Amino acid sequence: MKFGIVTFPASNCDYDAYHAVTEILGEEAVYLWHKDHDLQGSDVIILPGGFSYGDYLRVGAIARFSPIMQEVTAHAKAGGPVLGICNGFQIACEAGLLPGALMRNSHLQFVSADVRIRVENADTLFTNRYDRGEVLKIPVAHGDGRFVAPDEVLDRIEGEGQVIFRYADADGNISADANPNGSERNIAGIINDAGNVLGMMPHPERACSLLLGSNDGVRLLESILSRVAA
Amino acid sequence: MAKFRIAVHITPRKGLLDPQGNAVRDALRTLGFKAVKDVHVGRYIIVETDAYDAIEAEETVTDMCRKLLANPVTEDFEIESAVTA
Repeated sequence: MKFGIVTFPASNCDYDAYHAVTEILGEEAVYLWHKDHDLQGSDVIILPGGFSYGDYLRVGAIARFSPIMQEVTAHAKAGGPVLGICNGFQIACEAGLLPGALMRNSHLQFVSADVRIRVENADTLFTNRYDRGEVLKIPVAHGDGRFVAPDEVLDRIEGEGQVIFRYADADGNISADANPNGSERNIAGIINDAGNVLGMMPHPERACSLLLGSNDGVRLLESILSRVAA
Repeated sequence: MAKFRIAVHITPRKGLLDPQGNAVRDALRTLGFKAVKDVHVGRYIIVETDAYDAIEAEETVTDMCRKLLANPVTEDFEIESAVTA
């Protein structure tokens, strides 16, 4: 399977994603330049973390208009898997691939830490190698990670099982204390209606080796592999 | 065609948590401005554009706000009347 990893100006997790896909998962990966119009036959697209376009205007707002995003959007509309991590989640929201938006952390501080997230739905393209209710240790590193959406949208995505990860404590309890950014309903990751676009603030690609503190992110990539024909 | 200048005010959607506004409000209170009730921090954008008339210029900038300058989920926007630049 071929993973296409988009490099925007000031993406900084594209190499982490490349490493996770090629070295840990053992699959093929290519970098996709933001000015190009070619996904190079990629089966899965990763929108990586970073600070694309310097976070000018709003996080993710300018990257959405990068030439490559036309192809990424077409890929997503055709049912192709798209994984948006951190800045990639912000871009996916701005592009309308996911509902809601990511706003400044409620405490106004950049947060860089290992957090716990609870798997809310293990029957998706991205989470089928996890168990529902399982608690994962995955790092976050962001200043704008507070997920917001109108109440009716929050109710709908919760009702449809589109809330995939929630910030939790080590025992899986959802609490304000376990929420690193003030995200509505402790939401850490959501999926679109069709189930092929996942956006999440935590970095699974940085949790792929016990040497680095956790390998809980590996199964997210393996989940994709198990569902998408190579 | 004439050249117009339009100012755009973008503010956090009312009712949404505005931590930046709250931080400024608290700082003002600490400074002694005890009567301050609420502060919101937004963006002020000036657009210069060619258009046939002021109405067309305002419509164009409104379209810009909907498509890029403001996020419809989290922000409100107001535009000022177009002035010839």
